[in-house]
This record gives sequence, C-alpha cells and structure tokens, in this order.
Amino acid sequence: MSHWVFNGIRTGIKTSAYPRRPETAAGVTPGLPRGRKLDAGEAKALMDTCPAEVFRLEDGRVLADVRRCIHCYRCMRIAPHPALWEQSYEWALQPGRETGFVSAFKKSINICVVDAGDCGSCLNEVRQLNNPYYNIHRLGFFITPTPRHADVLLVVGPVTDHMSLALQKVYNAMPTPKLVVAVGVCALSGGVFAESFACAGGVTDVLPIDVEVPGNPPPPLAIIHGLLVATGRKAPVDMPATPYQSGGSGP
Amino acid sequence: MALLLKEQIDKRWPDQAKCTCTGGPHLYEITCARETLAELCGWLFIDMRLKFATLVVEEASREWRLRYIFYGGAGAVWVHVLASSPCSEESFPSIVESVHAADWHEREAEDMFGLTFAGHPRLGDFILHDDAWQENVQPMRHHFDPQMAIRFRKPAADWRPHRIVQEEGAFVMPVGPKFSGATESVHFLLETVGEDVIRFTPRLFYKWRAIEKLAEAKPAGRVLLLAERFAATTAFAHGLAYCQAVERICGAEVPPRAAALRIFLAELERLRQHAGAIQEICESTALVVAASGAGIVEEDLLRISGELTGHRYLFGMLAPGGLLVDLPDLACQRALRGSQQVLRQLEKLEARLRVSSSFLDRLEEVGLVAHQVATAYGLLGPVARASADAHDLRREHPYSGYEKFQFEVPSEEEGDGYARLRVLFAECRQSVRIMEQALDTVAGGSVCRSFPFRAGAALGWAEAPRGATFHWVRLDDQGYIDRYHVTAPSFANWHGFHAAVENFAFQDFPIMLASFDLSVSEADR
Repeated sequence: MSHWVFNGIRTGIKTSAYPRRPETAAGVTPGLPRGRKLDAGEAKALMDTCPAEVFRLEDGRVLADVRRCIHCYRCMRIAPHPALWEQSYEWALQPGRETGFVSAFKKSINICVVDAGDCGSCLNEVRQLNNPYYNIHRLGFFITPTPRHADVLLVVGPVTDHMSLALQKVYNAMPTPKLVVAVGVCALSGGVFAESFACAGGVTDVLPIDVEVPGNPPPPLAIIHGLLVATGRKAPVDMPATPYQSGGSGP
Repeated sequence: MALLLKEQIDKRWPDQAKCTCTGGPHLYEITCARETLAELCGWLFIDMRLKFATLVVEEASREWRLRYIFYGGAGAVWVHVLASSPCSEESFPSIVESVHAADWHEREAEDMFGLTFAGHPRLGDFILHDDAWQENVQPMRHHFDPQMAIRFRKPAADWRPHRIVQEEGAFVMPVGPKFSGATESVHFLLETVGEDVIRFTPRLFYKWRAIEKLAEAKPAGRVLLLAERFAATTAFAHGLAYCQAVERICGAEVPPRAAALRIFLAELERLRQHAGAIQEICESTALVVAASGAGIVEEDLLRISGELTGHRYLFGMLAPGGLLVDLPDLACQRALRGSQQVLRQLEKLEARLRVSSSFLDRLEEVGLVAHQVATAYGLLGPVARASADAHDLRREHPYSGYEKFQFEVPSEEEGDGYARLRVLFAECRQSVRIMEQALDTVAGGSVCRSFPFRAGAALGWAEAPRGATFHWVRLDDQGYIDRYHVTAPSFANWHGFHAAVENFAFQDFPIMLASFDLSVSEADR
C-alpha cells in the first residue's frame, strides 16, 4: 500500500492560488454576460434572445441582471449584436445588510449543504470544493453533515415543495449566529424551474439570504468567493441597479 | 425476428391485437385490447426478451392513450403497445406481474393522472408524497389547476413509513432527505434487526420539479433548456435525446459536422461523469489518495469542457437541427489531447487500485446484482453491463452516426461493486476511442440546419452516461409542446437498487450507493 503515499506526494501541488492570486487556468468559469451600449432596436433583438429576462434597457445602455442568467449563451451565440461576456468568477453579492458575523467566525466556518431540488450541477461544483484543485480546508472552510455544527447554510436548488420543510428544519437546527448562502440561479430566483407549481421561486421565499452566488452552476471559485464574502474576507461585487423581483424567469 | 414478430402476434392474438409496421422498418405499433395487454406485454418482455423503455400516458380529448414502449431483442426493434379507453374509464390492467420493470412507471401514472392499474401490488405515495399532498391531486391532467391544488391542501398528518419486516426487534432506520456532506436529497428507509439491511425502500421525489408539466404549451426551443437542466451532470445526453425527438417529428436532418461533434461532446461528458463516479467510489472506501487523483481528473475534464464549449457542463451547445455554435477543429484537437492525457491518469489509477487489497475487500462481492435481477428490473447503463446485461443504445439503436464508429461495449459477469468499477474504467477507454474517431471523420460545413415544425410525436433516445434515456415529445404544428415525458436511467436503477443492498451490512451501504452512480435529479425530474 506504500505506493499510494509515494504516488500522492509525486502528484505535487495542484491547488489554486486563489484568493491569494487570481486563477488563470482555462475553463474554470462559464463567465457571465455584461451590459453594453446599444440603440433601442439592437437592444430589443438582444433582449428577445434571452429566455431568462436578464437584460433591460436603461438610458441607451443594456444592463444585465446576472442573477438571472442560466448560461444558455443565446445572447452571445445567436443575437445579431451579441452581449459582452466576462470570464470572471468573483460574483457573490450581498443583498442589503452586512452579514453580521462576529470576528471569531472570520477564520474558520463549518458549512451545512442542503440540496433543495438542485439539478446536480451546483452540487457537483460544491463537491469539487474538496478536491485538490480547490481544497477549501486550506481556507478554514469545512463541510459538516450536521446542522448543529454549522455556521453557514449553503443552499442549492429552487426549493421544491417537498424540500421546503426539511430546509426550514435544517435552518432552525443551526445555532446562531448563522448565515444563508444561496448558490446558483435556481436558489436565487428559481431559474428555469421558477414557474413550476412544485417549486418556490428560490430560497428567499423560505429563508432570508445573506450571500448570493449567481451562475448555473457557479464554478467552484465563485462559491469560494461567496464563502469569503460571507466571512467578510472579500468584498461583494456591486449590486445591479434595481432590486431583483421574484418569479417569472422560467423558459 | 422483425417479420416473425408480426406473424406471431397475428397468430397468437388474431382478434385482440393488431400489429402494424408504421414508421420505418424497425418500428412496430401494436394496438391491443385491454384484456390482452398484460399477456402481450409479458410475452414481449419474457419470451421475446425485449427491454421495457417507458410507459407514456397521454390524455387526448376523448380518451386515454397508453403507450408501452419496448425495444431491443434480436432484430433491434422498437415495439409500441397501444391501449386506450374512454376518459371516463380510469382503470387499466397492470402489467407488473410479468413486466416488473414497469412497476414504477405505473405508480407514476397513478400519481400524475389518477389512473388505477388493477393488480398492481402497491400504488400511491410515490411522486406526490402523502405527507405533503392529499389524494386526487393529478398534476398532469389537462384540467389541473395548481392554485386550487395548493389552496386546498390536506396532507396526511398520520403518514407512517411503509414497513415490511415484522420480526421482533425490527426497526426502521430513516436516512435523509438531508444526510452526509454534499449529497442529493433522498430519503432511505433501512429496515433491520441489527447489523444487516434486511429491507430497503427509497423515498424519492423530494426534488420533483414537475418539468413535464412545466414543458407543456412551451415552444420546443425553450423546452430544450429544461431538458438540459433537469439533471445537469448529464445535461448533454438528455438534451441530445430531446433534440433527436424533435428532429424525428419534423423529419429534420442534422448536418454531418454537427452529428460528429455531438458524439464528441457526448463522449466527453461520459468520460467526465465516469471520472466523477470513480471518484465517489474511491471516496466511499476512504481511500483518500485515489479519491484525490480521480477528483483531479474530474476537474481536469470539467476544465477541458469549459475551455472547449464555454460551459463546464456543456450547456448551450445543442439546438434542434444541430449545434448552436461551431467548434474550431484546433480547439477540439486540444480537448482530445487533454482527454487522452486524462485517460492515461485513469489507467494508472486503475492499475494501482487493482493491487490495493484493502480497497478491493470493500468492493468485491458487495452489492451483488444477479443477471436475472438486472433483466427483470430493466436496469440500465454500467450497472446492467456489470451484471452481464451488455445492452447499449449506441450499438443496438445507433443515433447521430454511432454506427460508423468502432467501439466495444464492456461488460462483466460478477455484478458486484468491483465489476461496476471495472466497467466504468473500460467505458472511459472506449469514450476516448470514439472521440478520436469522431475528430478523424468530422466533415466541414455548417452545424445547424433550421427546419419547419410539424405536428406529431416521437421518441428520442440516447445512451446517457448512467444508461439509456428516453424522451417522448408530442408537438403541435406551431412547434409547441403538447406532451413531454422523460424516462431517465436513474429511474430504473433506483427501482432495482434495493436488490443490491438488501442482506448486506450497514457499513457497505455508502459503497454500494457510490458504485451504482445514481442521480436523484434524473429520477425526480
């Protein structure tokens, strides 16, 4: 069995330098659309290609509400005047208030992950957090099976009807102070499932959200950014100009 | 066999069943009287050794139309058994006594449409949980009104788990829906008298998002977004099956370049999903270095997918009629080189695992699935192939040009966890082999050909990483969806999973779960 030890050491260090340095490897993020300057006709053509109502026109500028983006790439691939695309991964937003975590929680937190109807991709990206490329233990983040030990509730999925009660029970079982991090477009707004009668329109309908991580799914680096924002170690990105309204983004 | 089938049916059931060969040489439609239904389906499943794909229920304006779809056999045929009854008649004979694979399909139809299946041993409390919904909510009926259903909600407050073991000292160990670290939500009822799991009942559909209802009256292009996103770890395979259904209805041809690139991407997805499954198996046995190694490979493949297509799970590539965007040949070559490198890592990992006795002890002879069980439950994908049930849609009912490629369908005899692991590794090799051939033969030209919609219905299928997936689509002439029915491989594999875990010790349960590579979102929809 000693070959495992030898092999493990020989693999070398794979871990990303983020957040110390930006991650530059290709394929670590699906990116997000950005707004651009377009005249009314061009803007309408762009907005019509988007099934998730990401874009809106304001003062001759097309603005993008990235929290609604489902990564269908229609705006980039079939719109006559395509949207600009940004290959970033620092996406986490803080809707409104400060997280209110005391400084004792800055260095190390335990995370309880609840799948509230996820399609599997957000959860798979959460799974990647523990693989050597991301290794969130080095940042003091630990995924815990029990809500009793958890400081952060990480929710993926649009909150299906059948999971709503379980999600609330997990939240209530967590000691205070506690934060809710909603990961993925479905958890933020219901995503493509928002219109379903068997789903809520995101976590906001059930629990207060402290940190939002957009993306369908957000890549592991974006989730790490969300956790860093939750602990106050990174600044959130700016909020889009108008507040998000629940419901109605399904295909 | 094909001709034989029609002759035999005409001879056996001269008055009760009518067999016609309608769409192409391999598609048979058998209109069947209700009282012959069970006998005929049993004959197809047991005597003719066809596999059961799915049961499609459609509510037409005046009648119920049930379509039992079988496939395979010696002549690689598709057999649709059609039964109908007036809308007022809501009972059909159950076929589960002979076609056990149809068990959950009938339970689903009962829950969604309110049909009853006479002779089915256990209906109710399936998709709609009794502790969340009252009886007679039938979401897939046309007249269903979600507002009313939600407003007059009366859950069964006294719901108790279904118990089978009645011995003294027996108890139920409930697990989930939230359990362990980052797992999908599902509930297990493990019945035991001590050390061993005696009976296992999964309670699924905590993640039911009603995508089939959501798809109704939506344009076909929009429903593709749902097909990709309901089970996104295998998004491309499901999207592909859906697109093929729409293309079949409209008689659309996919340009050769798009067909080859579709195969390239489908195999890239299979490779990535199998690497993820291997990672989970290593992790379930707590072999950390191997789990890390497989985790590195999985992330490498996610990055290769991301670099090639923009998206790590291949969203936004498919379009009805081809692909949404062309991929440059150079980028494909790069992705192929990356995949070949990854395969070498996987082969090294396999060689090391093969000589790690403590790892093998946890997998060998654990979670046994006998060949007969795999066939009776209609298990699919690598799980079935590890039990000597070597079916593969890519080989038997090729689509998108798979018939042009050389590849093997790996299978094993033992049906244990280690056999399933070996099948996963062997399929990774075949996937890279197919990817190489796809790039060798890829033609130039456009990648998408638009086509006019026409009314009709068709089945689309694909061999997803976890097994065969079937998408039934009915379109109206404007290209809007009338009925969308998805049968994903995990639905069948969850049904048969209990046979593998029963009479094994508790500590083997996570390993068996990992070696089955089950997806909850695929089954729940």
